Amino acid sequence: MAVVAAGRVLRLGGRWSAAASGGPSAQTLRLIYTTTAAWRKNVAASGPEKYTEAFIKKQIEEFDLGKRHLANMMGEDPETFTQEDIDRAIAYLFPSGLFDKRARPMMKWGEDGRPFHFLFYTGKQSYYSLMHETYEKLLNVQKHQDQLVAQGFSLQKEKKNLVGSRWLTKTELEGMLLEKLSDDDYSRFIRLLEKLMTLPCSDIEENYIKKFSKEIAVQLQKVSTEPLKYDEQGVAFSTGEGVRKTSRATAVVYDNGTGKITVNGIDILRYFPVLQDREQLLFPFQFLDRVGKHDAICTVSGGGRSSQAGAIRLATAKALRSFVTETEVEFMRQAGLLTVDPRVRERKKPGQEGARRKFTWKKR
Amino acid sequence: MRGRRGRAAALPGSGGGRGGSGKFGSSSSSSATEMAVPRILRAAAPRLYSGLPAPAALTAAAARPRDPEDKLLAEPLRHPDFFKVKNLFTLKDLFDARVHLGHKKGCRHQFMKPYIFGCRLDQDIIDLDQTMQHLQLALNFTAHVAYRKGIILFVSRNRQFCHLVESTARECGEYAHTRYWQGGLLTNAHIQFGPGIRLPDLLIFLSSLNNVFEPHVAIRDAAKMNIPTVGVVDTNCNPCLITYPIPGNDDSPTAMELYCKLFKMTIIHAKNKRKQIEVFQELQSRQKGDTSRPVVAEGQA
Repeated sequence: MAVVAAGRVLRLGGRWSAAASGGPSAQTLRLIYTTTAAWRKNVAASGPEKYTEAFIKKQIEEFDLGKRHLANMMGEDPETFTQEDIDRAIAYLFPSGLFDKRARPMMKWGEDGRPFHFLFYTGKQSYYSLMHETYEKLLNVQKHQDQLVAQGFSLQKEKKNLVGSRWLTKTELEGMLLEKLSDDDYSRFIRLLEKLMTLPCSDIEENYIKKFSKEIAVQLQKVSTEPLKYDEQGVAFSTGEGVRKTSRATAVVYDNGTGKITVNGIDILRYFPVLQDREQLLFPFQFLDRVGKHDAICTVSGGGRSSQAGAIRLATAKALRSFVTETEVEFMRQAGLLTVDPRVRERKKPGQEGARRKFTWKKR
Repeated sequence: MRGRRGRAAALPGSGGGRGGSGKFGSSSSSSATEMAVPRILRAAAPRLYSGLPAPAALTAAAARPRDPEDKLLAEPLRHPDFFKVKNLFTLKDLFDARVHLGHKKGCRHQFMKPYIFGCRLDQDIIDLDQTMQHLQLALNFTAHVAYRKGIILFVSRNRQFCHLVESTARECGEYAHTRYWQGGLLTNAHIQFGPGIRLPDLLIFLSSLNNVFEPHVAIRDAAKMNIPTVGVVDTNCNPCLITYPIPGNDDSPTAMELYCKLFKMTIIHAKNKRKQIEVFQELQSRQKGDTSRPVVAEGQA
C-alpha cells in the first residue's frame, strides 16, 4: 500500500516540493507521503455551487430524459407529457397522506379564540368530560332508584357474573380518548365504573358500561378426552404421546389384549432388562386394574433407559384416558400419571465442577 | 367625561384600574351604591375594551365614524342596570336558599367581619343587604362580559357541586374548571396550551377555597394576569384579590343551585340581548341600504 501510495506521489506532479531546478529525474526526489483522504475532492471546501451554463444544460437534459421515462411508465405519449401530467403521475406513484383530510391539524379553538370544548381549560378535556358523563349516568341511576323506592318497589341486589369480561386497559383507554392518562386518573375512572356497576338499577346504563368492558374468552378448564378409534378388525384402540427429559414416545393401546407390550418392535423383556423400567411401564395398567386386558405398541427415541421408560409410561396413561370414566381420569391425574415431568438436566456453570458441585475448597 | 374615558381605551390603564378601584368599599349604605356602581363599571370598561380580540375591521374603522360600534358596545355602559339584573332575585329568595348561613365563629376570617350581620349560637350570619348589593354588581358585571363575548370560566373545587357547576357552564355555552388546577394554567398558558391561546376574560368562583381549605390558586393567578374575578366568599374565605366578592354560603346545595341558576340566566340573557341588538342594527343598516352613507362593516366575530 505504502509503495502504491509512494508511486502515486511520484506520478502526480503537484505534490513535489517546489524545487526550482531541473526535472524530477535530475534531483533526489523527496517523497511526500499522502493518504487517500487528501486525493478526494473536498466538496465543502470548493465553495458554493456554481451554476454554469454546462451544468444547467446537463440538468435540463437529465430532466427531459426522466420525463420520457416517466411517460413510458405511465403508458402515455412521451412527446405530449406536460407538467400537470408529471404531477398526476407522481401523486399516483407515491401517494402521500400529507394532503389527506384526516392529516389536517385538529384546532382546539375557533377563529374568535373561543375553545370548542367546555372543559378545555382543565388541560385534560376528554378525560374530564368522560368522568363528567359517567358521573351523570351514576346520578341518573340513583334518581331512578329513588323513584322506585318512592313507588314502593324493593331493590334487587343481583350479583352479576363478571368472570367473562374485563375493563379496558390504560393504553386502550388512552387510544379511545386520544389523550395521555396518568395511572391515578385511570384507576379513578375504573373505580367510578365499578361503583356504577354495583348499583342495583345499573341495568339502565348497561350500554354505556359495555363501551368500557371487553369480553375475555373463558378458557376451558377441562381437556376433553378423545373418543376411541376402531381398526379394521373392529378392535378399539387409542394413541397417546409422552415426553421425559429428552425422550419422545408414542403409544398405541389396543383393547381385548393379553398384556403384551412392544417397544420399537422389540418385546419389553428384551428392550428393558431392568425390572425398574418394566414396573414403570406397568404402573398405569396396574393403577386401573387393567393389567392383562390391553396390548400396547410403542415407539420411543432419545434419552436413556429410565427416561424412555418414563416417556412410554406417560404415553400409555394418556392413551388409556379414552378407555376409562371421568372419575378414573381424575384419579389418574391426582396420582401424577398424566403430568409431564418437568425435570431436565441442569447445565454446568463456569467456576463450578458441575451444576451444583463446587470445586474443593482449600483453606490456603 | 365618561365618553372621553371610553375613548381612552387603548391606554394601559387597566392595571391601575384593576388594583385601585376594583374592591367595593365595606360601607353598606344604600346611597353609596348608586354612586359606586357607575364608578366601578367605568373602571372596568377600559379593561373590557382592551380585552376584546381586535378584528381587522376595528383598526380600519378607526378612521370611519364609529356610530354602530358605539351603539353596540357603549350603549349598555350608559345605564346602571342595562340587563335588569335586580329583577332576577329578591332578598327572600336569598333567605330561602340559606345564603345567609355562615360557618362557626372559630372559622371566621378576619376580613369577612364587615360582611357579617351577627353571630347566633356561635354560627355567623351574613348580612343579606350587603349580599344583595354585591350580587347585583357581580351579575351586572358578568352580564356585561357575556354581552361583549368574553370567555367566562367557572371555578369551584367543592366536590359536592362539581357536576352542577360543569353542567351550568355547558348549558350557558361557557367554560368550567372544577378539577385539579395545574400550576401554570393561566401564567404559563402559552406553553401548556400552545401559542395563540385566548385566556378567560372572567373567572367566577362558586367556592373560593380548595380541598385543603386554602384560597384557590386561581384567585392569585387571575390577579397576576389582570383577569377580573367574581367569587362567592363564605365566612372562612379571604375576600382580598377577588374583584367582585359575594359574601354568602357556599356549602348548602340550595345556595349553590341558586347561584348557578342566577349566573346561567344572566349570561344567557346578555348573549340574547347582544344577538338582538346585532340583528336590529343589521336590519337598520339594510333599510338605510344604498343611500348616501356606505354600510359600515361591523366588527363582529
